[in-house]
Amino acid sequence: MSKSAVKAFTPSGFVYKSTDLPEATKKDHKKLGLTTDNVMFLFREMFLQRRFEERAAQMYQKGKFGGFLHLYIGQEAVSSGVNFVLQPDDDIITAYRDHGWGLVRGISAKAGMAELFGKATGCSKGKGGSMHYFNAEGHFWGGHGIVGAHIPVAAGLAFANKYEENGRIAAGFFGDGAVDQGALHEAFNLAQLWKLPVLFVVENNGYSMGTATNRHTATEIYKRALGYDMKHAIVNGMDLFSVIETMQEVAKDIRENSNPWFLEIRTYRYRGHSMSDPGNYRTKEELEEFKNNDPIERLKTYILDKKLAKQAEIDAIMDEVEKEVLEAVDFADESPFPESNTLYEHIFSGDDLVIHDHK
Amino acid sequence: MPELQFREAIRQAMQEEMRRNEKVFLMGEEVAEYNGAYKVSQGMLDEFGPKRIIDTPISELGFAGIGVGAAMNGLVPIVEFMTFNFSLVGVDQILNNAAKIRYMSGGQVNMPIIFRGPNAAAGQLGATHSVAFESFFAYFPGLKVIYASEPYDAKGLLKSAIRDGNPIIFCESEQMYGMKQEVPDEEFLIPIGKGKIKREGSDVTVVAHGKMYHLAVEAAKALAKDGIDCEIIDPRTIKPFDIDLVIKSIKKTNRCVIVDESHPFGGIASEVGFLIQRDAFDYLDAPVQRVTLPDVPAPFAKNLYDLWYPNAKQVVDAVKSVMYKN
Repeated sequence: MSKSAVKAFTPSGFVYKSTDLPEATKKDHKKLGLTTDNVMFLFREMFLQRRFEERAAQMYQKGKFGGFLHLYIGQEAVSSGVNFVLQPDDDIITAYRDHGWGLVRGISAKAGMAELFGKATGCSKGKGGSMHYFNAEGHFWGGHGIVGAHIPVAAGLAFANKYEENGRIAAGFFGDGAVDQGALHEAFNLAQLWKLPVLFVVENNGYSMGTATNRHTATEIYKRALGYDMKHAIVNGMDLFSVIETMQEVAKDIRENSNPWFLEIRTYRYRGHSMSDPGNYRTKEELEEFKNNDPIERLKTYILDKKLAKQAEIDAIMDEVEKEVLEAVDFADESPFPESNTLYEHIFSGDDLVIHDHK
Repeated sequence: MPELQFREAIRQAMQEEMRRNEKVFLMGEEVAEYNGAYKVSQGMLDEFGPKRIIDTPISELGFAGIGVGAAMNGLVPIVEFMTFNFSLVGVDQILNNAAKIRYMSGGQVNMPIIFRGPNAAAGQLGATHSVAFESFFAYFPGLKVIYASEPYDAKGLLKSAIRDGNPIIFCESEQMYGMKQEVPDEEFLIPIGKGKIKREGSDVTVVAHGKMYHLAVEAAKALAKDGIDCEIIDPRTIKPFDIDLVIKSIKKTNRCVIVDESHPFGGIASEVGFLIQRDAFDYLDAPVQRVTLPDVPAPFAKNLYDLWYPNAKQVVDAVKSVMYKN
């Protein structure tokens, strides 16, 4: 055994690049089966996620609400692309960077913003906050704050679908920090062993909080699938059409053959891990490189190049989204806080108040 | 009335509820082909098939989480831990997910799930296999905790638990699985949160659940010979705790001993003792006493184990102390 001195356990040194993007698809929207309306809808949806969070950050900085605020900005092609391919009654569960996911899954900008403000009109009635958006009717199962803990839950959603033979699939999303948790391995083993109709997706945005991917995980993330013989792919998450292209194949395969998949969708978050993070662990150049690949700007350029819409139409959509978001801010601001008695509600189902008294 | 072993009573509860509701299923280590590590699920694979009686790998975090997801999505999982000691590697799924998701979602998500299995000490198994977890789970809002002491209660309470629609911790005991009691053939349910006076008496109220109930019975017999008449209350459900029944009894006896297999700090005896001093202070003729484990992990050596584990003599002494008869 070598007796070389240990200099450091976690690899140190400056990180010049946290992830490498695979090539984007060459297919245009028609080849992928998308109509012009589909493309315009997706542009609007992605832009809504972006503006919603930019305004949310402003409101946070103005002190309108407290708690944590983890922004999804830069990753919108993942939520919009995946959700576009899934059926409305397929089940989705994600981690705490969940605002974009909520918005694509039926939570209105108003209900989303009100939840950030901790208001009774919020999508979780002010009980969950930023990290715990829920829309059970829309098959959106949260919003989860413990890194990796919802990965087995995603498999459980899929287990129920298989048990009920209802043809639905479940999809669980998590950040690259979660791939180091044991929960991922137990969920992968069980999902493959039981052939669960589940899609696991790591949204690899390059950083587990402030620790670059190659400083927190021992090998390429997609290789987690190899140990379980799980089908897998790497996707360019800055390109909407690349996400859609892969998802079409994957969703079909899961639905028809009931087997799990693991996608590593490489993306990037422009903002810090949370609002208190200045991002000193990465270079301006890296951030700029990804911003030059911005999924919303790419789609806008595509729309103009292909003449799917004129600049004026795009401007009109953007104005409309801006208005929707500002209305959501006003709605959240003006909404009432939850009544005091709701502190004791929503713990158990059923009529009986069975909580232990604390007087 | 047929006599049933504790394990048979639990099995019958699961069988009846599985026949009644297609969405109920059982998962856990060795529950199917092996017929249960403690034979609780014996024969259930034959009746319900491998879709509903599911062997899991030794992967508590994984299958507890799958249970949580399945419950959110409309099923009623019964998750068996070979012992609750093993639940610790998956306990985040119980404490953070099963117990809290309904609350965090503003009541949108239902969580009908049972976590059950043997709990507490079962002889010389060493420190990691001997923990009584009921007070630990009862600490957390969003869980109901049941620890029956007899087959009849176990059957009625487990059936109620499966229908309750909420996350439930259902504690059993390796040492009680063979214990027999008459259990009626016809269907019955026992409400969660209701204790029972199992021995009426006038001198001292003894509160004891699970295995400790049987210590209380043994102690009461010995004390009767000395002319001391114990009233034994088995709370049956740890949370919600039927404090009203205990207070009512203390207003009659004016004295109380709590027998609890928890360690002393923050155990059930601590909480129930607090409630008694708050609600029955003026009725007490002596400070409430308790018999618990010491604040020590379970030892292996037989002589040390016997020192560690509560016994009827300690209950007798505690009762005598509140009677000022020591």
